[in-house]
Amino acid sequence: MSGTTENIADNAQLDAWLNSRLDELLPAKLEDIDASKTPSMSIIATKGTLDWAYPPFILASTAAALGWKVDIFFTFYGLLLLKKKLDADVSPLGNPAMPMKMPFGPQWFQDFEWPMPNLLMAGVPGFEKVATGLMKKTFRNKGVATVEELRSLCLEADVNMIACQMTVDVFGFAPDEFIPEVTDYVGATSFLPVARKSDVCLFI
Amino acid sequence: MTTVAEKLDTRGMNCPLPILKTRKAINRINAGEILEVTATDPGSVKDMASFCEQTGNRLVASNESANGFVFLIEKA
Repeated sequence: MSGTTENIADNAQLDAWLNSRLDELLPAKLEDIDASKTPSMSIIATKGTLDWAYPPFILASTAAALGWKVDIFFTFYGLLLLKKKLDADVSPLGNPAMPMKMPFGPQWFQDFEWPMPNLLMAGVPGFEKVATGLMKKTFRNKGVATVEELRSLCLEADVNMIACQMTVDVFGFAPDEFIPEVTDYVGATSFLPVARKSDVCLFI
Repeated sequence: MTTVAEKLDTRGMNCPLPILKTRKAINRINAGEILEVTATDPGSVKDMASFCEQTGNRLVASNESANGFVFLIEKA
């Protein structure tokens, strides 16, 4: 009887000792584990216009340059970013924060923000092509990489590009429309475990 | 005096190109060698320091010259 009471007291003492040791050692240990771990990022790319094509490829290529493991899951309109021939456009219509500035001419002309009535944006044929051309020219003038360039830098750095099988079916794409580097055609079930383990997970 | 093993000119390029090109240039040189990067992107001053800190390479110097920003990076 008295032996059991002693055991209980011993155990309580042991627990207390263990707890205090853990408090002491754990922070440094966790820091070690964190420091030796390769950071990872998962991006869900859902948009296929020129302006929205940049964020996933900029973040992915930069993370890869830092030595991170990167996976991008392309779904819905994001799938268009995996096409062999990238022809992403941008539309100022319904995009009220998009500045309409001219990438040429004297500085005062370039600084002027052009008011674009909806009627013009929606009604004039070819308006989107013009807006796309202006944006591409502005980006080139400012030394920003093209989307194609960023995509190939991502591929060179082994960024995993995964396509959503369901969207491929829904939109009726043929696999040969996509770049051969697409690592997999899968569903959400296969992507979620990847996202779960990543340090950074972004929906773009 | 440190000798520069490779020079990289990223003048005129904007984020994230200077970092991406730096990464590729560092892959080409050997440990202990120095890479010199020139850039005009003002964001590259902080980005280059952060890049070096995260990748373990040593930022030996970060200066501003008439040519733009000049960084010396020693490969780890």
